[in-house]
Amino acid sequence: MAFITANWNPLGEAFYRKMELYEMCWSLGDGLRDCLVAAAPYGGPIALLREPHRRSPSSRPQLEIYSASGVAIASFPWKSGPVVQLGWTVSDELLFIQEDGSVLIYDVFGSFKRHFSMGQEVVQSQVLEAKVFHSPYGTGVAIVTGSSRFILATNIDDLKLRRLPEVPGLQGTPSCWVVLTQDRQTKVLLSNGPELYILDNTSCTAVCPPGLGPQAGSIVHMSVSFSYKYLALFTDTGHLWTGSSHLQDKLIEVDTKKTTPPKQMVWCRRPKSQQPSVVLMWDKLLMVAGVCQDNIQFPIEDLCVLVGELDGVRIISSTNQELLQEVPLVCQEIFKIASMAPGALLLEAHREYEKSSQKADEYLREIKEQSMLGEAVRQCVEAAGHEYDSNTQKSLLRAASFGKCFLTDFSPDPFVSTCRELRVLNGVRESSVGLPLTHTQFKQMTLQVLIDRLVYRQFYPLAIEICRYLKIPDYQGVSRVLKHWASCKVQQKDLTDEAIARAVCVKVGDSPGVSYSHIAAKAYECGRTELAIKLLDFEARSGEQVPLLLKMKRSQLALSKAVESGDTDLVYTVVTYLKNEMNRGDFFMTLRNQPVALSLYRQFCKLQEQETLKDLYNQDDDHQELANYHVTASYREKRLDSRLSLLQSAVDEYNKAKNEFSAKATEDEMRLLRFQRKLDDEKGAGLLGLSLQATMEALLALGLHKQAEQLYRDFKVPDKRYWWLKLKSLAEKEEWDELEKFSKSKKSPIGYLAFVDVCMKSNNKYEAKKYVSKVTPEQRVKAHLAVSDLEGAADAAIERKNESEMGAVLARCSASDHLLIDRLNRAAAAKK
Amino acid sequence: MAAHLSYGRVNLNILREAARKELREFLDKCAGSKAIVWDEYLTGPFGLIAQYSLLKEHEVEKMFTLKSGRLPAADVKNIIFFVRPRLELMDIIAENVFSEDKMHSSRDFHILFVPRRSMLCEQRLKEQGVLASFVNIDEYILDLIPYDGDLLSMEYESAFRECYLENDQTSLYHTAKGLMTLQALYGTIPQIYGKGDCARHVANMMLRMKREFAGSQNQILPVFDTLLLLDRNVDLLTPLATQLTYEGLIDEIYGITNGYVKLPPEKFAQKKQGEASKDLPTESKKLQLNSAEELYAEIRDKNFNAVGAALSKKAKIISAAFEERHNAKTVGEIKQFVSQLPHMQAARSSLANHTSVAELIKDITTSEAFFDNLTVEQEFMTGVDTDKVNTYIEDCIAQKDPLIKILRLVCMQSVCNNGFKQKVFDYYKREILQTYGYEHILTLNNLEKAGLLKPQMSSRNNYPTIRKTLKLWMEDANEQNPNDISYVYSGYAPLSIRLTQVLARPGWRSIEEVLKMLPGPHFEERQQLPAGLHKKRQQGENRTTLVFFLGGVSYAEIAALRFLSQMEDSGMEYIIATTKLLNGTTWIKSLMDRPEAQTS
Repeated sequence: MAFITANWNPLGEAFYRKMELYEMCWSLGDGLRDCLVAAAPYGGPIALLREPHRRSPSSRPQLEIYSASGVAIASFPWKSGPVVQLGWTVSDELLFIQEDGSVLIYDVFGSFKRHFSMGQEVVQSQVLEAKVFHSPYGTGVAIVTGSSRFILATNIDDLKLRRLPEVPGLQGTPSCWVVLTQDRQTKVLLSNGPELYILDNTSCTAVCPPGLGPQAGSIVHMSVSFSYKYLALFTDTGHLWTGSSHLQDKLIEVDTKKTTPPKQMVWCRRPKSQQPSVVLMWDKLLMVAGVCQDNIQFPIEDLCVLVGELDGVRIISSTNQELLQEVPLVCQEIFKIASMAPGALLLEAHREYEKSSQKADEYLREIKEQSMLGEAVRQCVEAAGHEYDSNTQKSLLRAASFGKCFLTDFSPDPFVSTCRELRVLNGVRESSVGLPLTHTQFKQMTLQVLIDRLVYRQFYPLAIEICRYLKIPDYQGVSRVLKHWASCKVQQKDLTDEAIARAVCVKVGDSPGVSYSHIAAKAYECGRTELAIKLLDFEARSGEQVPLLLKMKRSQLALSKAVESGDTDLVYTVVTYLKNEMNRGDFFMTLRNQPVALSLYRQFCKLQEQETLKDLYNQDDDHQELANYHVTASYREKRLDSRLSLLQSAVDEYNKAKNEFSAKATEDEMRLLRFQRKLDDEKGAGLLGLSLQATMEALLALGLHKQAEQLYRDFKVPDKRYWWLKLKSLAEKEEWDELEKFSKSKKSPIGYLAFVDVCMKSNNKYEAKKYVSKVTPEQRVKAHLAVSDLEGAADAAIERKNESEMGAVLARCSASDHLLIDRLNRAAAAKK
Repeated sequence: MAAHLSYGRVNLNILREAARKELREFLDKCAGSKAIVWDEYLTGPFGLIAQYSLLKEHEVEKMFTLKSGRLPAADVKNIIFFVRPRLELMDIIAENVFSEDKMHSSRDFHILFVPRRSMLCEQRLKEQGVLASFVNIDEYILDLIPYDGDLLSMEYESAFRECYLENDQTSLYHTAKGLMTLQALYGTIPQIYGKGDCARHVANMMLRMKREFAGSQNQILPVFDTLLLLDRNVDLLTPLATQLTYEGLIDEIYGITNGYVKLPPEKFAQKKQGEASKDLPTESKKLQLNSAEELYAEIRDKNFNAVGAALSKKAKIISAAFEERHNAKTVGEIKQFVSQLPHMQAARSSLANHTSVAELIKDITTSEAFFDNLTVEQEFMTGVDTDKVNTYIEDCIAQKDPLIKILRLVCMQSVCNNGFKQKVFDYYKREILQTYGYEHILTLNNLEKAGLLKPQMSSRNNYPTIRKTLKLWMEDANEQNPNDISYVYSGYAPLSIRLTQVLARPGWRSIEEVLKMLPGPHFEERQQLPAGLHKKRQQGENRTTLVFFLGGVSYAEIAALRFLSQMEDSGMEYIIATTKLLNGTTWIKSLMDRPEAQTS
């Protein structure tokens, strides 16, 4: 423990430390010489494109992909065109930017995924230089063409090429340039001799870094910090200028006393850094230049590659990998020699406690007296997060745990989550996995992304274990891993369809959120249709299965799945698809086996294709519906004879359907129509289209009694209805004699109260009274009342000894009828 | 504004707010000024979700009704079509877009499908060559619309017809989806009961959808304990009967659409003296009807015969409250009185309105025609002479009363008699065809297909058994102070609600026999709740049941369920959901086919 500060180097107020991350697992014969190297930030993989020893047309460069710890992942000869630049995307894909402007994308295992081009003009002018950069919008590519133009793509997953304005006076490549993301805009900063320019979408502006005098010379190297906030410029006179990337403030200007430009220049800072600094690398020297005039120098033996990280710089050499970073403030406080910070005291207290020394108490007391115990625990927990060595982590966490015992009201959450996260981090830092993430980086990239990256590397079991350990909801955790695993599994060529389907089913089961149709689509993409169908069977969402099944031309299956989903729109979609794909006979047969689809198609036809509807009914021998169809159709006919012939078809179909009533009724309808047309022609009666009742009504109104009578007999109209009709019609025309004659023609089937009422409706009391006497005894009171004959009503009611009828009469009596009232009351009383 | 939605046991305002949020999000997707072109059918239901003010806040400047031809001129950047996914509407939209294109206007077009987008419709737009003209094609999932604090409706008019006549289960799919949305907001419903084929189908879809969404479900404590799915065809009788509650009668006589009723203006005109010139007396009076109005909430579900007494009691309370001003002596008392004035004045105008409505209704309910009709209905329901041709119906046909009235009565008789003898059946049908025209043969066929009319197959009529077992007829229905749901029809207890009541206590097992007589399967399903979400019920805490009527529900049935919720010892509160709020007339109308003759 005492040696913790051994590798600390002071620089101004801060300390810098260089920690070994890995002994590299690779064995590179030629080191990193003659290589294009790309190492992804956040401990990502490393790609090397090694030029062949002897340049000959037949020899190909060799591409090698390693994990950050140097474990070989893939290796293959590069057979495509000359590569200008390599770069990693945020989702661990490798970009090859070729001279002709095409960009090839490979996955981490070296299999080709897709490609795109940086534009047609580049094919001619060629790419001179290229850079891959990362921004909140994703991974971008910037190139300089042979005609000295800059072309940008801000996000390769949503490719939009932007050609930046011309730079005045630029020939060939600029002396150096960087891509900046500022104010939601992507810009290029470049130097051309003594000039410095900012290029954005619309303009090219000459700029001047504040405080960098002309005597400093022209800029030959530049570097922008991880967060795009800071900029470092190196001039040909060996001056290093640092400042904000807006070029408004200057941090420092140092004379490095080096006249050759550095091989690499990278910012080394951390969030909440005390003092940002820049790491410069020459052939044999690594220099850390900070805010003060001082610097730290490390000799290096081998050729190295610097990888800028959020909170430091990784130094990869052919034998090992180190992390150079500013020592976090909290670690300084705890581990600085003779520190009296609460965290330091707590660590000491715990150490004494383990030695069973009473000094533990003294230290503890000291912290408590300053009421700093909470702060002490916090410091230890935080420092543990920053330490890479697991023994240091443990002693810090034990101290924190020890300190916590003496606190009553202290949230355990930070302690617990730090323990968990460190366990995960230590796991992924293992050389076999090779993700050398610091805690700060992990927090920044989030757990989701860490799991994604493990998944890209196919560390499925580890990813699942982490998800379970950190108790992430399945939907976001385990399921996502399984989905990826399954998509990968279906591509395994050495296994049979059955084996794969079974394996997928066993592993995935019905994990929530795993879409089998997604996996099946993958299988289909790889040309394994049978496997895709097998996998689709496991899909719970029938709706999801349909589009893929249609794509695979399994239309019958698609139809039954659509029906199963209950989503009628989906059924319609498949049906329309089938209709276009199949011949009519097959199409109808298919529908026949799917009643739900058939009824939906019928609905569709009803609105859109009447003719097809008929064919459908015909095919099914659905005579009833066919008849209804003809009836409906008959109403659309303009000509009577065609209307009649459709009705005749309807009659035939109703007969076939053994629906005698409807057949008969339709025949009646035809008969009525013919009758109406005949009379319209003869008398201009305007009957066509009227109902039978209305026709008889019209005939009576016209005085065509004989014809009305004929209809009454021919159509077997019930007496009651006919009597009502005639009664009303005669009363309306005030043919009272006719009415009386009619009333005597035979016994009225509707009684005689109706006569009374109808006459009264025409305000003819005289006529009405004629029928009162004929009314049945039950209705007599009502009849008398209808003609306002209270006396008669009273007589009838008393005669019938009916109390409620007497009541009804009483209700109509006014005060002047007191004699009548008395009589009724007496009768009512007598009854009681 | 929609506060009344949150008064009930279940805060349905959550649902409304969710719908409003989604609407705002869509509107904001189309940046700049907008005009909305409405599928006319949607404006009513949308009014319950968002007033014009909300749309205006999101830069909606114009609104048009969707019709063919050219769009009216409007100086806006976006044209948004709010439509149901129907092919015929797509053709109109295509026409609109084409005519705009001809004018080379640089507008953005958008479509919002309600309640769900449809591949079929998009395909049609593609065939018409306009699909690419749309910047956004989106769906607005509006299945269940809150109509009141305890009432949700999909206002899917053709649901019953589609299910039973056309074997088209689109509405059931929407129902299942709507229930999933509901569960996303109010938690998984642990118990599902159902009766009928459609109910079974909906439950199956729900269970499958639950599997599909497994894992993504919200960790919400369930608000509903039980879901009861009921097919309308389990109880064909109830909607046919004339509703006798206040709200039911308003609907029967004037028709309530989307919470509004239009009334003849005469009774309302004279009361406003000062502003007579402003209001045209010919324009019908539009009243909004929901529980936000205190008085209406109190009387809506009463039997109409008890409404008069309730109104006069209220009148006394209000005038007493106004009299209070004489007692107000101190400044403080006067201040308090004045602060209550707006509330009192609102109460007074509400009382005036409902007194007028009640008068209008009373004119009708006291008529002889109404009485005769009701007498016949009650005879059918009690099983008097249901097997013979009914003279009253005969007379009504002879008098050419409205066809729908005849159909309601005939269907009712058929249902109560479990079908007609062939002779009686043919007689009725012939009478109808001869009197109202042969074109109605299609309607009669439809009614037959839906089971509302039928020939007697077996000699056995189940209805009396069902009536007796479920106590569908209560002789001594108390209209003033009801003690049983039968008050809503003055004697007849709705079959659907009896089933609901029995389910709560003592359970369906006690009526297995009757359930078997009713069409379709009955079933029970349980949905597993995530651990830790099991409700710990307090002593005496009521359970909540969501009753979903597939194919429609009448206001009287709703009243009966509210009555059950309020019964002290029921231990159950009901929330009601349906595909459509209906009455016998609108229901029968939806089943009719009326071809119009082109022959001249």
